[in-house]
Amino acid sequence: MRPEVSAAMIPIFSGDFGNPSSIHWFGQQAKSLLDEARQQVARLIRAESSEIVFVSGGTEADNLAIRGIAETQKAKGRHIITSRIEHHAVLHTCKDLEKQGWEITWLNVSPDGQVDPEDVRRALRPDTVLITIMHANNEIGSIQPIEEIGTIAAQADVYFHSDGVQSTGKIPVDVKKLQVDLYSISAHKIHGPKGVGALYVRKGTTLKPLMTGGGHERNRRSGTENVAGIVGFGRAAQLAREGLESEMEHVRQLRDRLESGLKARIPSIHINAESAPRLPNTSNIMVDFAEGEGLVISLDLKGIAVSTGSACSSGSLEPSHVLTAIGKTPDEAHGSLRFSLNAMNTAEDVDDVLEVLPGIVERLRELSPYYKRA
Amino acid sequence: MAYSSKLLDYFENPRCAGELPDANAIAEVANPVCGDVMKLWLKVADDRIVDARFKTQGCSAAIATSSYATEMIIGMRLTEARAVTREQIADALGGLPQSKMHCSVLASDAIRTALKDFK
Repeated sequence: MRPEVSAAMIPIFSGDFGNPSSIHWFGQQAKSLLDEARQQVARLIRAESSEIVFVSGGTEADNLAIRGIAETQKAKGRHIITSRIEHHAVLHTCKDLEKQGWEITWLNVSPDGQVDPEDVRRALRPDTVLITIMHANNEIGSIQPIEEIGTIAAQADVYFHSDGVQSTGKIPVDVKKLQVDLYSISAHKIHGPKGVGALYVRKGTTLKPLMTGGGHERNRRSGTENVAGIVGFGRAAQLAREGLESEMEHVRQLRDRLESGLKARIPSIHINAESAPRLPNTSNIMVDFAEGEGLVISLDLKGIAVSTGSACSSGSLEPSHVLTAIGKTPDEAHGSLRFSLNAMNTAEDVDDVLEVLPGIVERLRELSPYYKRA
Repeated sequence: MAYSSKLLDYFENPRCAGELPDANAIAEVANPVCGDVMKLWLKVADDRIVDARFKTQGCSAAIATSSYATEMIIGMRLTEARAVTREQIADALGGLPQSKMHCSVLASDAIRTALKDFK
């Protein structure tokens, strides 16, 4: 979290504020804080305040969007179009609907991790009620052609949801231009607090709520709002909007420094989605003859936190579904590493990686029965 | 981190890593669960393992358990080495997280596979 975000949240915990649904003065004070945060979040994605529904995070936003549309549209049809590289919050929600008898079209992606809008058009059927395609992939950073898909969805009069958890705050987002009906965002991905997110619901969209109760959030999400979290989210959204261009240029330069430095220092590495339009902060590399979890642990011991798509590190012991979808074999995914950079990183942080990773890779390769030094 | 300091030590400073040019028992095994691979070289004489080396391409737990198992079987009688279990290896390294228990099977498999041609 940014220090400005926690500074905005701390007074809320001290008990100065009430329940935003109460009409007494301190309840109203909480309500005005919510209104302000709602406006700050709306501005970040160029929505209207009334189109923002606060929820517990990206996962709930995705569930509310997909299940909410499925429930209201099931009389019209039971077919949904999505991709093979969605976040688990979308993937597992669609799989759950599939078990309930829905038909799901799982679109393939290019080797660079992109959905072809023409594939979306071809997948449309008279009973299609929802298209859900993420804006940017969380593992490899590839940016999807959301505007083109939005046009196709609008022409076909099919609801369009996009998971914008990774893209928001990293690239400019304009929900009207993207022509999405629903768009998920998460506070902690923009240096806000964990446990809070939002779903953009375009005006006029009918959605069945997941939560029933007191009718909070314009009847879209019952339950007393997480006022402190939402205030932090609002502040983080404001900072993300103000700093978007300069900070992301800084992050892009760091990412490029990291990738060119690694390529120069380590033979036999590959950068995933390298030629696709890509988020400026994400770098997913594959290292031949080394295993990802071992690389992660070695970097962790040096104080550098990264992640991997290797089966060895996943609870399911399956390689990353994203790397599989872009055509990587389990062996290739075995040596994957994902770096996520942020505005607070410095050139020194990148140089630390450049200094220690080549030695770590060399050490692990020396232990591999398959590696032959060139 | 869920690993013991002993396991991390065997991962960072593996004992008995490398190849054994005069080995007379060699096995290469793959973990069907996650794709890790281990190659084990043994020198067997008079019903005993007199020397051993390993190479493993795998996660930290796979490397540490490979190294520990290779070190522990040097000097063992073949019947003793064959009786080494995955639990024994994991326990000696301070235990493994549940999701990593499958890693230790690589080393115990490699030992039995390498010795299968010896009576």
